[in-house]
Amino acid sequence: MRFLRGGGIAGFVIRRVLLGLLVMLLVSIIVFVSTQLLGDPARAILGRDATPDRLAALQKQLNLDSSKVGQYFHWLGGLLSGDLGTSLASSQPVTSVLGARIANSAVLVVLAAVISVPISIAIGSYAALRREKVFDTVSSNLMLVLAALPEFVVAVLLVILLSTNVFHLLPAISPVPPGTHAWDYPDELVMPVATLVIAVAPYVSRIMRASMIEVLESDYVEMARLKGLPERTVLIRHALPNAIGPVFQVIAINLAYLAGGVVVIESVFNYPGIGLALVDAVNNHDIPVVQALAMLIAAVYVVLNLLADVATILVTPRLRTRL
Amino acid sequence: MSQTESAPALAEGVDVPTPSVRSTALLARSLRLWRTRIGAFLTLILVVIALAGPLLAPHASDDFIAKPFSSAAASGTVFGTDYLGYDVLSRFLYGGRSILLTALVATVIGVVLGVVIGLVAAYARNALDDILMRLMDVIMAFPQIMLALVAVSLVGAKNSVIILAIALTTAPRVARVARGAAQPVVERDFIGATEAMGVSRVRILFGELLPNILGPMMVEATLRLTYSIAVIAALAFLGLAANPDAANWGIMIQKNQVALASEPWGALLPILAIALLTMGTGLIGDGIARTAAGIDRERGDE
Amino acid sequence: MTTDQLPAGETETTGGGAAVTVRDLRISTTSGVEVVHDISFEIAPGEVLGVVGESGSGKTTVGLSLLGHARRGLKIAGGTILLGDRDIRAMSDADLRRLRGSLVSYVPQDPASSLNPALRIGIQLREVLEAHGSTDDKENAARIAEMMREVALPDDPAYLKRYPHQLSGGQQQRVGLAMAFANRPRLIVLDEPTTGLDVTTQSTVLTTVRELAQIHDVAALYVTHDLAVVAAVATRVAVMYAGRIVELGPADKLFESSGHPYTRRLVGAIPRLTGGRSLVGIPGHAPSPGKRPAGCAFGPRCRLHVPECDEKVPDMVPLGPDHSSRCIRAHEVVDFKQDDYGDPVALPEPQAEKPVLTIENVVGYYGSTEVLHSINLTLEQGEILAVVGESGSGKTTTARAISGLHHSWTGSIRLGEMELAKSARARSTDIRRQIQYIFQNPYGSLNPRKTIGESVGQPLSVFKVASGKKADAMVGEMLEQVSLSAAYARRYPDQCSGGERQRVAIARALIAKPSILICDEITSALDVSVQAAIVELLGELQRELGLSMVFVTHNLPLVRSIAQKVAVLADGSIVEYGETAKILANPQQEYTRHLISDTPSLEVATGEVASGAGVADGERPE
Repeated sequence: MRFLRGGGIAGFVIRRVLLGLLVMLLVSIIVFVSTQLLGDPARAILGRDATPDRLAALQKQLNLDSSKVGQYFHWLGGLLSGDLGTSLASSQPVTSVLGARIANSAVLVVLAAVISVPISIAIGSYAALRREKVFDTVSSNLMLVLAALPEFVVAVLLVILLSTNVFHLLPAISPVPPGTHAWDYPDELVMPVATLVIAVAPYVSRIMRASMIEVLESDYVEMARLKGLPERTVLIRHALPNAIGPVFQVIAINLAYLAGGVVVIESVFNYPGIGLALVDAVNNHDIPVVQALAMLIAAVYVVLNLLADVATILVTPRLRTRL
Repeated sequence: MSQTESAPALAEGVDVPTPSVRSTALLARSLRLWRTRIGAFLTLILVVIALAGPLLAPHASDDFIAKPFSSAAASGTVFGTDYLGYDVLSRFLYGGRSILLTALVATVIGVVLGVVIGLVAAYARNALDDILMRLMDVIMAFPQIMLALVAVSLVGAKNSVIILAIALTTAPRVARVARGAAQPVVERDFIGATEAMGVSRVRILFGELLPNILGPMMVEATLRLTYSIAVIAALAFLGLAANPDAANWGIMIQKNQVALASEPWGALLPILAIALLTMGTGLIGDGIARTAAGIDRERGDE
Repeated sequence: MTTDQLPAGETETTGGGAAVTVRDLRISTTSGVEVVHDISFEIAPGEVLGVVGESGSGKTTVGLSLLGHARRGLKIAGGTILLGDRDIRAMSDADLRRLRGSLVSYVPQDPASSLNPALRIGIQLREVLEAHGSTDDKENAARIAEMMREVALPDDPAYLKRYPHQLSGGQQQRVGLAMAFANRPRLIVLDEPTTGLDVTTQSTVLTTVRELAQIHDVAALYVTHDLAVVAAVATRVAVMYAGRIVELGPADKLFESSGHPYTRRLVGAIPRLTGGRSLVGIPGHAPSPGKRPAGCAFGPRCRLHVPECDEKVPDMVPLGPDHSSRCIRAHEVVDFKQDDYGDPVALPEPQAEKPVLTIENVVGYYGSTEVLHSINLTLEQGEILAVVGESGSGKTTTARAISGLHHSWTGSIRLGEMELAKSARARSTDIRRQIQYIFQNPYGSLNPRKTIGESVGQPLSVFKVASGKKADAMVGEMLEQVSLSAAYARRYPDQCSGGERQRVAIARALIAKPSILICDEITSALDVSVQAAIVELLGELQRELGLSMVFVTHNLPLVRSIAQKVAVLADGSIVEYGETAKILANPQQEYTRHLISDTPSLEVATGEVASGAGVADGERPE
């Protein structure tokens, strides 16, 4: 990165994409090595008392009879051409097994993001403005507590609160039947989305608060006030654009975290997304599915970080003009 | 500093030697904050329950008491029986130890590894820095829970596997923070002073740099402990434990969840325990962070 | 809001009166500790009042109060601030907002951090017009162009599209000035606007301030720690100490016949271009708020202290028209001749035959950029060589190359006969011991997590000189030698003042008995009185120990008091090199002449000619 410069924003994006591809390549090696080379997948699948015949047949199906490097490139080639292999559990192509699952999880993650990001930016900013006043104290402590709670704990507490013991408002589980869409069951989406929002909001609002406080104490905000600018202008034009920069990275990391967080939450609510698919695949030793999901979740992380870097550059002239 | 009048003129205090706080005293000083005290209190209680629980349990963890999900009155126990017909209270008292110890060991390994990598990267300031941090990026592309899941599915749900998976995914996150904290310190002149003296690199890393980032690292360690507890409990909750019917808070939540409406204690007790434990460590971390920030502000040398 | 301007009637000054009148102003922390006490002064239209004080004296706090602003944790607790005849303290928040940037404007200390990094400078200039009612784009554009020309910056649209970081420090500060003068204010508060700027830039900024204030009949409050700058810009001066004005009077009076011992000592601590005199620092330090004594706050440090000083805070004693001093012995003080600074320095003769350090054809690089062009210097035994230059001249790079902290250079640096390796790590332990380096910023050069004793003792163990009890004893001795007590060994850096820390850094450099000491701007982060004390100490140590020293600085007058030889650096090349007295009295190069004439100095203010003649000796106050 340091020795490749120039080309303005386009150049930066290209370099960043290339770097992302490099990271994905390394990710693919790690995924392949850990799933295919640590131990014998065929034996892991069939268990200890497998007959040699079935073992050999499965090894052939998994393409385990060629060289390790050959296997890797075969797998990578398939990955690049959209052929993710065949699920061992269902004997269906991985793409068709996961298609609907991915859509379901995407609904959860996107909804959670769309709700939590603006709310937490608003809460963080307002807490910074009302620093050490009631709103700040209450929201900061609440966020601190929520941040500490594991998401499955939050999920189960929500179930207890909203659908079993206290109130009976919402369904305790969200089993979207195959062939239907997640958004056809809005009431089933409430609790999973709420859990994800609670998982993300504390982090984003806390960094937003910290960033905003730092900016509000900066010389240029003091100067803007001493220039006699209306407070609205001071906040919206001078403070906010500078405060939002560091927040993008945290949003990206948290949304990427959501992609992993759905694993547990989908299990709690029995929601048929990639998380549940991963748990099932792991339990069934369905290696092609595990590989595909690992690559997918890693790709989400890489893409989100890329977007955050670009967004940060765009709102920070000091970085932008140096490209 | 002489040319700048720092905001509140009080902060200057050239002739008021502020009670100097070293990182060793940081924890003690942070205990002056109520949040740290509450956090320490919660953590202490839960640690005692987790570690000493088995000694206090009225029954063995696999004593059949009454039919599954019997009420307290029906089974003659405090909290009723669980999905196997065992005593909920005893299962609860037995169920924290392994989670806590596994989380602690994994966190310590991960934090130590991460601090070393972060310090080396921050001090190197060259291609090594780039390479190390890119590698960390690659590992971070795997969410902790996913990597642990995959590892467990491949090798089996052994404690050592879980510890390694958590430590390995904790390290890059800690490394990032350690590097971030160390970078401004590396630029300060006292590092140059020791370099000019010819002090060895290892000594500069651990004798000069490390003490200056202990504050943020203590915060990070408590935060990571909180996450490790969550991930390990979640793994058990997902049914990936060495023994799927062991006395374990995560498993208890999963298996007793079905009776939440009728006999909630089997799931509720471990839920509350995990919630209070992670809240406790979270509060301690925040308390240390506030204290460290307060000290930095008081010292006013930045 | 187009009706943003104040009603015409209210903007009228009361016939010929002061632009601003401050009476009994008190500022305290929100918890009630008073930090600024009983400030009273007035400024006439077109007049520049200088407020001088060292760090913590409350000068910035006073400056900001004229805009009705107090920083976080502080509040204006009492007194009146009249702008014309309107009391700022009685104004509503909305009125205050309309006042700021239009009738009273502010020029901040650090332009780099005071301009919004995310906004183009054109926008930042325009908004100050828009916020005060000028909404016509065309008019505003014309006004901005005019402002830019007034502060000698380009007025083309491309320049206005720049971001602050694309401007140099001097340009940023001129944008700040343009902004401050934009709405033709009645009063302008300048808070150390030239701190951190090179002398050349500083001189143009000062000229601009003076001229604009005069042309537009603007009253100005110029806050600074630098007496010489005040001499260049202000007609009247208020000297602040521990939250009070201790002396107020015309600039020339203050420097020639000041009526307060503190002012006298401050003047004595200032290095002068003419006459190499040793500097005399002020021992001790100013008391912080809440710890100020019931009597005169300067009492504990004052040579003229008598028991009555401690009874109550002295009143201002009038000494002449417009001149008063807060000292019960003011009438005695004012009659003393201004000679409170040291004797002419007798710098020791260096032994010329054997250079301890030889620098030959050194070319330095940053990456692939050449930043030093063929540097040649020699340092004799017992000599102090000053390396002077503005920022970016390569003076620090030269110093770092000698000590092995900057590795990227070619050429030859020899210690005695010994060729030096490029990086400190590649050098032998003994060479590392012989060359010691002292850093600019004493706040950064000591590890905050180590005790003073550990820091000072570190060279002993690294160079394997001593250990255990013996090392502890040596640390104690060394601390005494730099005028600290051995008890400091147990303290941490945050328990020491800036001056004390720099003494500790000197102790650490000297404990291993080096043959060469390299001082990199070691006084630039310190107050003048502390700077004087440090220079005093270095001079003593040098005479005592026969040290050879490379003294890097941007402060030309300081060189006069300490160095036998001087090398003037510009853009990585040596412009002039030779005996200090000769070069300063009779510079051969245009660059050196400019550097000397741009350096603000008391001599200019007090009308002394720059002919090298010192001030006549007279009777000492004691």
